[in-house]
Amino acid sequence: MKKDQEKELDIDQDLTGSETDHTLINQQEVKPKWYKRIRKGILTKTSEKKETPEGLWSKCPECNYICTSTELKENVYVCPKCNYHHRIGSSEYFDLLFDNKEYGELFDNIISKDFLKFTDLKPYQQRLDEIYAKSHLKDSMRVAVGKINGEEMVIACMDFEFIGGSLGSVMGEKFSRAVDFCIEYKLPYLVISKSGGARMMESAFSLMQLAKTSGKLSQLSDAKLPYISLLTDPTFGGISASFGMLGDLNIAEPGALIGFAGPRVIKETIKKDLPEGFQRSEFLLEHGFLDFIVDRKELKSKMSQLIVLFKN
Amino acid sequence: MPQYPNRQFLEFEQPIKTLFEEIEKLKQTAEKSKIDLSDAIKKLEDAIIEKRKDITEHLTPWQRVQLSRHPDRPYTFKYIQKIFDNFIELHGDRNVKDDKAMVGGFAQLDGETIMVIGQQKGVNTKTRQLRNFGMANPEGYRKALRLMRLAEKFNKPVITFVDTPGAYPGLEAEERGQGEAIARNIYEMIRLRVPVIIIIIGEGASGGAFGIGVGDRTLMMENTWYTVISPESCSSILWRSWDKKEVAAEQLKLTAKDMKGFGLIDDIINEPIGGAHWDYDEASSILKSVILRELAAVKSISAEERINQRINKYCKMGFWEELPEDDIVNNAV
Repeated sequence: MKKDQEKELDIDQDLTGSETDHTLINQQEVKPKWYKRIRKGILTKTSEKKETPEGLWSKCPECNYICTSTELKENVYVCPKCNYHHRIGSSEYFDLLFDNKEYGELFDNIISKDFLKFTDLKPYQQRLDEIYAKSHLKDSMRVAVGKINGEEMVIACMDFEFIGGSLGSVMGEKFSRAVDFCIEYKLPYLVISKSGGARMMESAFSLMQLAKTSGKLSQLSDAKLPYISLLTDPTFGGISASFGMLGDLNIAEPGALIGFAGPRVIKETIKKDLPEGFQRSEFLLEHGFLDFIVDRKELKSKMSQLIVLFKN
Repeated sequence: MPQYPNRQFLEFEQPIKTLFEEIEKLKQTAEKSKIDLSDAIKKLEDAIIEKRKDITEHLTPWQRVQLSRHPDRPYTFKYIQKIFDNFIELHGDRNVKDDKAMVGGFAQLDGETIMVIGQQKGVNTKTRQLRNFGMANPEGYRKALRLMRLAEKFNKPVITFVDTPGAYPGLEAEERGQGEAIARNIYEMIRLRVPVIIIIIGEGASGGAFGIGVGDRTLMMENTWYTVISPESCSSILWRSWDKKEVAAEQLKLTAKDMKGFGLIDDIINEPIGGAHWDYDEASSILKSVILRELAAVKSISAEERINQRINKYCKMGFWEELPEDDIVNNAV
């Protein structure tokens, strides 16, 4: 809400004009305006104009800062101005974490099956087919093995664009096999969560994945191999009610929304506005549910530091 | 158990109410005119039983959900009172407070000490509020875990009664880590060394239910539901409307019969004709015999074996397709 007010304030300032645009005020005094100037950007001087390739802009949803996609990518998808962490997928995380962007993907031959013939506004199978058609993804989690600063590690990472990163049978199975792989090769396990929760189209089967993944984690624990849970924006429901919160270390990216129930549901239940920063990483850290918050730019170095600490 | 006229009737139970009213009229006539109408009354009473049977035989999934929430339905304490002896309620999570939506304690089942845990709903406005409609906070799940650990220490089996519309979605619940509390319970329950039997006695809503729902056996009573989300919430999210709960209930395949068919639960526990709310004693005695049977079965194996079986059971749950192996896996490492 505060942000909206700030935005309104910005717009107000634009309308009244800052010190530099007296002309506007003068004109206003002479003749009432028939239009509204709502963007500051219009007043940018030609000399300040940036030379950029076409069609590759990205706007920060937090501070509205506009930069080129290349610039954003170089900055590991973190807003150069306000440090907002853009939502990214498994490919980006794998590229970011693994040395020379080299890794082997595991268990990518497991795909979803519409066992229940679930149909909401469209059939589940159709939903799946549509995503297969427009993306390279096969499910909401990908597992890969590779080296982080020379240390081998297995990373399971979610893709939010695949039905909201939802937890279904496939994620449960890939997660389990990844644990088996870690045990077999004695490797540490990192899970990067980004999910709305359980996949409703798989009904109770998706609920059972909570026990399945937890059971596998107990085996990983018996093998004394570290499990690190990295929570990113957003992580809710079944994920936070299972492996998301069960890390030997639970860590998160800054400003990520993390919780069990979604903010809208809570708001409707308690019929009050939620405090600012509610369910953000910083809030979770304050309440004792995270070990630390890690900036995406430092993720790789922190991770290799951790592996070394666990190992020696 | 409430008797007519204190009994409450759901919409599809109205024909039964009409029969009760007719009996009432006959009784009044009989009293006034001193005529013996007991035959007619008996006939109507039989008709009620028939109607109860008829109704439960043709329930839609949504009606089944409604029945699981029947205001006269027995809750955890009722079953504890009817099935166990020497119950001593134990309170508190030793951290924050005592959650009234989650109850538990030691009790005896035919002489054997058991740890009984369950969500508890209220029976009137005041107690419903006290029990928070059976929606536990993190401290409720942590209390449950404390009691399970206690049971494990003294080698007593655990029985949980699940009946919740969900874990409480509140501000404080989030502050105190609702997700973590449920996650921890699932994790610890799967490796609890003592036998654990789960019984869905009413509503089995998602993580809220699963937080005390992992064990060697999961049994559902006939008129209950168990799935990943309530039909109402599912409707609002997937259909973007609150009006599709009936369709959602159908699509979610949340009834005991469906769940048994999928192999996600072990068995269905019969209820008295028309539902558990018609006869608490009968419902409890059926339940008791099932508990005794299942407990004997899971007790016969060692703790290690039980834990392995538990993990393997959950690991088998799910459906997926495996495409032919390509070279990707071989290239790894």
